[in-house]
Amino acid sequence: MMSTDASPVLSVRDLTVTYRTDSGPVTAVERLSFDVAPGETLGIVGESGSGKSAATMAIMGLLPRNATARGSVLFGGRELLDLSDRELRAVRGNRIAVVFQDALAALNPMMTIGGQVAEAVSVHDASQGRRALRERTVDLLDLVGIASPRDRVDQYPHELSGGMRQRVMIAMGIANDPALLIADEPTTALDVTVQAQVLDVIERVQDRTDTAVLLITHDLGVVAGIADRVMVMYCGRKLEESPVDALFHHPAHPYTTGLLGALPRIDRRAARLVQIPGQPPLPTERPTGCPFQPRCAHAVPAVCGEVDPAPLAVDTTHTTACVRFHEIESVTR
Amino acid sequence: MTDSAAARIVDSAPPTAPSPAPARDKPRHRIVLERFLRHRPAVVGLLILTALAISCFGASWIAPFPHNRQDLLLGAQQPSSAHWLGTDSLGRDYLSELLFAGRVSLAIGICVALLSTVVGTAVGAIAGFVGGWADEVIMRVTDLFLIVPAIAVLAVALESLGPSPVTIVLVLAALGWTMIARVVRAQVLTLRNKEFIQAARVIGASNPRIVVRHLLPNLTGVIAVNVSLAVASAIILESTTSFLGFGIQPPQSSWGNMLSQAAGLIGTSQAYLLYVPGLAILITVLAVNFVGDGLRDAFDPQGRQ
Repeated sequence: MMSTDASPVLSVRDLTVTYRTDSGPVTAVERLSFDVAPGETLGIVGESGSGKSAATMAIMGLLPRNATARGSVLFGGRELLDLSDRELRAVRGNRIAVVFQDALAALNPMMTIGGQVAEAVSVHDASQGRRALRERTVDLLDLVGIASPRDRVDQYPHELSGGMRQRVMIAMGIANDPALLIADEPTTALDVTVQAQVLDVIERVQDRTDTAVLLITHDLGVVAGIADRVMVMYCGRKLEESPVDALFHHPAHPYTTGLLGALPRIDRRAARLVQIPGQPPLPTERPTGCPFQPRCAHAVPAVCGEVDPAPLAVDTTHTTACVRFHEIESVTR
Repeated sequence: MTDSAAARIVDSAPPTAPSPAPARDKPRHRIVLERFLRHRPAVVGLLILTALAISCFGASWIAPFPHNRQDLLLGAQQPSSAHWLGTDSLGRDYLSELLFAGRVSLAIGICVALLSTVVGTAVGAIAGFVGGWADEVIMRVTDLFLIVPAIAVLAVALESLGPSPVTIVLVLAALGWTMIARVVRAQVLTLRNKEFIQAARVIGASNPRIVVRHLLPNLTGVIAVNVSLAVASAIILESTTSFLGFGIQPPQSSWGNMLSQAAGLIGTSQAYLLYVPGLAILITVLAVNFVGDGLRDAFDPQGRQ
């Protein structure tokens, strides 16, 4: 489904997000650049605190007051970072939509699910009458696979199961046929069987509408399932970016290798899972040079502690932010 | 999304887990009503309030004697079949006076509660939602209102503005809005960071829409309880001012100035007249509080069915 020739829907360049805190400025996202093509699914993988959410909030223009975003976020040819609040509101939920992780928390407990889906439509198009809006809502609920939507439309979030609530979130997300759907850990709160169904809904909706999906997750299995390309983030940086198959078969960054090693696999009986030693550094205590260097088995302090690596091309579609990747590659292969 | 896309595209999806049957088929207002009706004290409170409201606001038709009908020759009488609660020293039927006075006290209580709730909710919601310097300014102003002794302000304000019911309502509301403003602000501060508010931003909702459609409905319970508390405290405060002589002036009567007049009878055979308006205030305030309690439970969407 990947269409590399088409001009990207979303083009992020050198995005840097800084929070002003009592203990000084904290950089959550640092010089992040990536593109998303129409209809493509880009998985963003990273631990908590790696800057995934800060990056998406910056794209949506929803950073808290004490945060600033620099760089460039081009969406459909428009610079989102320069838009006024009013202009951004016209984009949010209309051209760019978000599906949150915890649907129970993200749905208003005092509003029917139908009311909330309808609001996602009517915020951007007030011309529809109540009846038309209701029909549209029922259609949307049907589209995301909610059985007997006509009975469900007047129910409240707490009356639905977790999977159903997540489907409602997706219905709200796709209500205006967005060009980009940001799915922020859409399956993390769900049972494995329900996860598969929800991912399936996202894929099917995407197939019909050519919506690009930015799938934020820490679950490599989810990425393997539906993403076209993957971006691995750590300490607010992009460490590696590549097509899904390449990343799983030939990871080019030691951090990615570590992540994959920590993943249980059904086809290999490992004595024990390999863990990455240490912990991600605190945002206020980032190491010099490569952010992963203190935990990296391949780190050479003279090099990795000094050089702050920019993404290097492994091949035309694959980049890694590791200055030693050629040397490591020759060792591990 | 195109129309063709609106066709079901999940038909080949794996069969979804059998979804539980819709938990109910009753419209929401029925459920709220049923839950309220199950709350015994609230129902009793509502019945008492209704009875009080009908007899007080319908006093012109219901009261056994007209307002302020004096019978100086009759003078003070003990309760009898003609005058159930007796008469005061001017020969006025005390039951009738109680009902006419209740009309004023109830009206003031309700008006003050509504006015201060509207103002307080608006101010509190703005302070909590906007935050920053607006919050600082608004909360310092409410602090100012809270440290000023209400009785002193009432006395001065009513002395200079004249003690008409309208000015009493305005002054009491001006003093009363700070309570709900603080409560609403605190609630909004916690709600503001909830994910569904963020979700509302994400669908492109404007701030006024978020406040009106997403914040305020989640405050229904808090507001309902506060209205009831405000009615109660307004009735008490009006009674206090009238008792002290700043409030409703004779010949117009309220429960407060009835208390005030009856206070002079302590030690006489008519001291019981003190209990009549006092009990009326007590019963009203209790009933209003019970109703508020029931409303809060009834509006909780996650409450028991």
